[in-house]
Amino acid sequence: MNLMEYQGKELFRRCGIPVPRSHLCKTPGDVAAFIDQNPGKWVIKAQVLMGGRGKAGKIKFATTPAEGKAAAAEIMATPMPPNRQNPTGEPIHCVLVEETLDIAHEAYCAIAIDRTTKRPVVMASRFGGMDVEEVAEKHPESIAKFFVDTAIGYSPFIGRELAFASDLDPGYRKQFPAIVAGLYDLFFRYGAKLVEINPLALTADGKVVASDAKVELDDDALFRHPEFAEWQTALPLDEDETLATASGLGIRNFRRFPGTVGTMANGAGLAMATMDAVKNAGGEIANFLDVGGGANAERVRKCYELVVNHTGAKVFFVNIFGGITRGDEVARGIVQALAETTSRKIPLVIRLTGTNEKEGRKILADAGMTPVETMDEGAQRAVELAAG
Amino acid sequence: MSIFLDKNSKVIVQGITGAEGSYHTARMMAYGTKIVGGVTPGKGGQKTDQGLPVFDTVRQAVDATGATHTCIFVPPPFAADALYEAYEAGIPFAVCITEGVPVHDVLKVVGATPGMRIVGPNCPGLISPGKSSIGIMPGHVFKEGNVGLISRSGTLTYEVVDLLTRAGLGQSTCVGIGGDPVIGTTFVDCLREFKNDPQTAAVVVCGEIGGSDEEDAAAFIREHMAGMPIVAFIGGRNAPAGKSLGHAGAIISGNFGTPESKIKAFTEAGVPVADRPSAIPALLAERMAATV
Repeated sequence: MNLMEYQGKELFRRCGIPVPRSHLCKTPGDVAAFIDQNPGKWVIKAQVLMGGRGKAGKIKFATTPAEGKAAAAEIMATPMPPNRQNPTGEPIHCVLVEETLDIAHEAYCAIAIDRTTKRPVVMASRFGGMDVEEVAEKHPESIAKFFVDTAIGYSPFIGRELAFASDLDPGYRKQFPAIVAGLYDLFFRYGAKLVEINPLALTADGKVVASDAKVELDDDALFRHPEFAEWQTALPLDEDETLATASGLGIRNFRRFPGTVGTMANGAGLAMATMDAVKNAGGEIANFLDVGGGANAERVRKCYELVVNHTGAKVFFVNIFGGITRGDEVARGIVQALAETTSRKIPLVIRLTGTNEKEGRKILADAGMTPVETMDEGAQRAVELAAG
Repeated sequence: MSIFLDKNSKVIVQGITGAEGSYHTARMMAYGTKIVGGVTPGKGGQKTDQGLPVFDTVRQAVDATGATHTCIFVPPPFAADALYEAYEAGIPFAVCITEGVPVHDVLKVVGATPGMRIVGPNCPGLISPGKSSIGIMPGHVFKEGNVGLISRSGTLTYEVVDLLTRAGLGQSTCVGIGGDPVIGTTFVDCLREFKNDPQTAAVVVCGEIGGSDEEDAAAFIREHMAGMPIVAFIGGRNAPAGKSLGHAGAIISGNFGTPESKIKAFTEAGVPVADRPSAIPALLAERMAATV
């Protein structure tokens, strides 16, 4: 679960990380009213999960209520434009009105989980306010890292060491260890997978302040924090995730692509390999779909309808390796799904192997369907059918 | 031999009276796994349908049975606790099947249990064909032999094993290490064991996009396993950046975790990367013939 800036900053406040004074507004009128009550120099920031707000013109400055209202109206008039990571863009429902900082320096600070060492890694760089992946590419030496032993936890020397190792402006040094302590506290207290401050601003009057906040919480740990349920519903699922949920799948189990070969497999690894097989056969995939274990008739029907109704699939390639999932149950599911569905019919290519495959194949044959023998053969057949 | 697990391994099941636990206990026993008992707090003294003793604590189970391995089927909030309990009771080898364990729980438990090997969480387990199986893998597709296999996925493992078996290439041990971002046992941990296992003559590494486990594996192979025939496969070559597909760990962000980086690493280590699962057996057989 990714948090928006204002939510991340709320957690920063709780963990003692300095953030600018701010107010969340849902309408341009709210912005005008707030600035009217609180004269000053304000920055209006779209609250979205996507990055690249500045470039998209979704961050604007205002000093009067009228300017604030106009800025917010302009920001909210159009959604965030699509980019490579988020091809659908993102609607803007609220803006954060925040005091403008007089920034002298910008740095970067984050805690993530390092898979190789199996430890939290604290990172710092003197290049703040830009895309960290770009920094990693252009100035890899500027990113200092510390892998924390979870049995010991955070100790202030870690912050000191990182401040020196990443050559932060000396103005950061005194306050930096306490900010990292706050981040570490947040990271563990809320079960975060990533906490990031970019930029971590050093103001002209010598204060270190988190100018932005990026927090990703672990979905698997949300049961420990029922208070975030409210935020979760406030966060928009993207279209694919919404469709997946509505079909009884996990949010990560379905993803659409522009091609014509619909796919379904049991297990994420096999589902990815199925997509690859279609590509290898010269086809373009319409979707990724992991139906999960124990696929029954109802689930199979819903997945069929999901692919037929919401993708550009001209053919549906079902690839099941029965391990725990039994081939006869899946076969029954497919036959029943096709009998019951009211959606349009597209040709099916079925590859069914593993546990109870003989029984499964017989059920399909009795219903007039011919299963293919291998994944490659199925992909080939599906690509031919989609082209024809 | 085989790695991690053989026919003498004494296995207990934590969560043995639950739906998953009891179902898979029966399957493991049918395969030949030496299951010596199980643990469900509050049900100590009972017997399972198979006549296995149920204990209240892991320590009681170990004292009574001499268990060396545990298979964990408890719900996600209790998985780390189950691992700590096994560790404190002196069990050196734990397989955690549970899916959805909070990543911070895994971070802490792997850091706090030195000397205990944890496979998983969110994994299908491991099998030494013809000897023993811990977890949920379908035993009938496996065949005893000399090929070691390591995979981050479940069903893709079965697919690859089925292809190997049909091509006459049996397996020494197959380990499903799991698809989560933090796992107890990595490719490198398994490679180190396969390197020293007299039964294992060749290895298949089934990776996928995301993380850098494959790159680490390639570096290890380059340094320590130059003579052994090894073939790799990378699932999810056509996945989009920034979106996880199914596995939480299968995500490309920036230049990190891309299939290109993994293929390059393996190629530089002299490991051919199959472009599809069905190409694995022939590639492997070719390599094995060349080393003999």
